[in-house]
Amino acid sequence: MEPQLDSDDAPEEHSGPEYLLHLYITGATPNSTRAVRNIKEICEQFLKGRYELLIVDVYQQPELAHEMDLIGVPTLIKRRPGLVRRLVGDFSNRERC
Amino acid sequence: MQEFRSSVAPALPKLPKSPTGIEGLDEITEGGLPLGRPTLICGSAGCGKTLMGIEFLVRGIQDYNEPGVLMAFEETAPELAANVASLGFDLVELQARKMLRVDHVHVDRSEIEETGEYDLEGLFIRLGHAIDSIGAKRVVLDTIEALFSGFPNQGVLRSEIRRLFHWLKGKGVTTIITAERGDGTLTRQGLEEYVSDCVILLDNRVIDQITTRRLRIVKYRGSTHGTNEYPYLITEDGISVLPVTSLQLDHPVSDNIMASGVPALDEMFGRRGFYQGTSVLITGTAGTAKTTLAAAFAEKVCQQGQRCLLFAFEESPQQLLRNMRSVGIDLQQHVAAGLLRIEASRPTINGLEQHLVTLHRLVKDFKPAAVVIDPITNLISVGNAAEVRSMLTRLIDFLKVNGITAFFTALVSGRGLQQEMTDEGVSSLVDTWISVRDLEGIGERNRGLSILKSRGMAHSNQVREFIVTEHGIELLDVVVGPTGIVTGASRLTQQMQQHAQTLAAQQETDRRDRELERRRRVLEANIANLRTEFESVEEELRQIYSDEQNRQQTLTSGNQRIAAANPPARATPAPAETK
Repeated sequence: MEPQLDSDDAPEEHSGPEYLLHLYITGATPNSTRAVRNIKEICEQFLKGRYELLIVDVYQQPELAHEMDLIGVPTLIKRRPGLVRRLVGDFSNRERC
Repeated sequence: MQEFRSSVAPALPKLPKSPTGIEGLDEITEGGLPLGRPTLICGSAGCGKTLMGIEFLVRGIQDYNEPGVLMAFEETAPELAANVASLGFDLVELQARKMLRVDHVHVDRSEIEETGEYDLEGLFIRLGHAIDSIGAKRVVLDTIEALFSGFPNQGVLRSEIRRLFHWLKGKGVTTIITAERGDGTLTRQGLEEYVSDCVILLDNRVIDQITTRRLRIVKYRGSTHGTNEYPYLITEDGISVLPVTSLQLDHPVSDNIMASGVPALDEMFGRRGFYQGTSVLITGTAGTAKTTLAAAFAEKVCQQGQRCLLFAFEESPQQLLRNMRSVGIDLQQHVAAGLLRIEASRPTINGLEQHLVTLHRLVKDFKPAAVVIDPITNLISVGNAAEVRSMLTRLIDFLKVNGITAFFTALVSGRGLQQEMTDEGVSSLVDTWISVRDLEGIGERNRGLSILKSRGMAHSNQVREFIVTEHGIELLDVVVGPTGIVTGASRLTQQMQQHAQTLAAQQETDRRDRELERRRRVLEANIANLRTEFESVEEELRQIYSDEQNRQQTLTSGNQRIAAANPPARATPAPAETK
C-alpha cells in the first residue's frame, strides 16, 4: 500500500465534497469512540458542509487493515484534497486537521 | 548428529517445541523453538536474521505442513521473494498455495501524524486476519523496531508491543521476532528480549580479516539448551548451524580394519591396517610423499567400494589427479564412479568455522566411509593455533561419532627435535600417527616412514625406507648395516656387498660339497675293494670248511667199515690213525 497520490483521485475531483475523510476505528474501544466524537466535532466546526466522513470499523472488515496498511488505530485518512495524509490518534490533541 | 541422551526418564512433560527445520538449530535448542511462544532473533546487520525467520517459515511449510505468516516492516514482499529465491525458497508459490502470507507493513514517519491517543490495534487485526485466513501456526515479525521510527510515542509502542507478545501467545502461534542489536544491549529498544521466551543472538565477527558468523542462545525459558557459541553458515540450502561441542566420548567403536593402501605399510601394523572410524595423522616435512600416502589410502577406500571425501587445501583436483596418476594411483576412475569426491579450496577462502560447517555438510551429504584432509596445517593460516586445534578437535570428534575414518596429513616445519611435534598439537587426539621424514645421508636424501603410535594394536618399531615408484609407494626391506639401518646409496652398497659375500659363501660351500663328494667316492671304492677281498677270504674259508667236512665223512665211513670187520673191543687204536 504505497502512498496514494492525488492524481489517482483527480478524475473524481468534483464528484463529491471538497474533503473526503475515512476514519478507521476498532469497535467501541475508548480511543475509537473518542476519535469519532472528536472528528465529528472538528469537521462540523471547520469544514461544515464541505466534507464527507466515512467511518469504518476494521473489526468488521479485517482485510481492510491490510489494504489500507493500518497500524495505529484510530487512523484518519484524508483522501482529498491534496496529498493523502494519515492522522493517527483520537484527535484529543487538536493541533491540526 | 549427536542426540541428547539422558539416563533419567523424563518424569514431567517437557516443554512442547516447534522444530525449526534449520539444520543444527534444533539440536542446540533440543527440539526447536518454544511452541506457541515468541522467540527473539537479534543481531547486527548482515547476520541473516530475516533469512532465519523466512527459513523457519518455509521449513515449517515444507517439512511440517504448518502455514506461516511473514510480517515484514522493512522489505516488501517482492523484495523478500527475490532475496531468498537464491536459496531455493519460492515464496510466491507458497503464497499461491495459501501456505504463506507475506504482509508488508509500510511505516513512514512523514506520512503519520499523531493526533492523540491511539493503539496498534490495526497491526493486531492485520496479523490476526492473516493468521486466521490460512490457519497459520508460525509467524515471523521482521524487525518490529521499525515501528519505533514511525511512531514517536514510545510509551504507547512499548506497551503495545508487550501486548502484542501476549496476544501472540494467546493465539498459540510460534513467533519469531527479529531485532537489530543495540549498544551493549541485545536489542535497540531493550524490550523484546524480556518479553520473548527464547532469545537467539546472531553475531558476525571479523577476526584477522576473516568473518565468522556465530549463534548463541541467550535464554530459553523452561528448557535446557546448548550455551556455547555455535558457528553457522549461510549456504545455498539455507542456514546451517553446527552443534560442534556436543561430544560425550561415548561413541560406538568398530573392530573393522581399513587397509592403508600400501600393503607393506599394513604389514607394519599388528592387525594389517587402521581401525575403522579412527583418526590417522601423517606428519612430515615438505616433499615426504604425504599427499601420495593420503591418495593411496583414498584409492584403497574406493577400491573397496566405499566412498571417500578428500579435502585438498593445496592442490586443485585436476592437479592432484594428474600428479597421482604419475605414481600409478588412478583416482580419476573413482571420481567418475562417484566414489571419490575432491573438494579443493584455499584455506583462506573462509574462516575455520566455515570450513568446519562445509565439512559437516559435505559429510552429511556424501556419507563417506573415510575423509582425507590434505593438509590440516594449511588451516593455520586462517586462525591461530588454539582455534585450529579446537576446530580439529571438533572435526575429529564429529567424524568419530559418525564412524568415519579420518586421514590427515600435516606439514611439520622444523627439523630435528621439532619433527615429531605438530603445530596444531592434535597428535594427542589422533589414534594412529605415522611419521614420514627425510633421512638425509651423505649427499642424498631418502624417505623414511615410521609409526609413532597406533592405539589398540601392536606396530612395528622400524624406520622403513620407502620409494615412490610408478606403481605407487613401495616400502623397502630393512637393511641393517654396521651402524644401523642404511638407506639410499649406502643401502645399495650394502646390498652389493652382501650379495658378493653371499656369492663367495656359496662358492665356498660348493667347493666343500665337491670335496666331500670326491672323498665319498674314494671311500666307496675302498669299501668295494674291501668287500671283494672279504668275499674271496670268505670263499676260501667256506672251501676249507667243506673240505674238512668231506674228510671227516670219509674218515667216519672208513672207521665203520673197520668196525664191521673187527670185534668192537679191539677198535680202540682207530682215532690215532686219522693223521
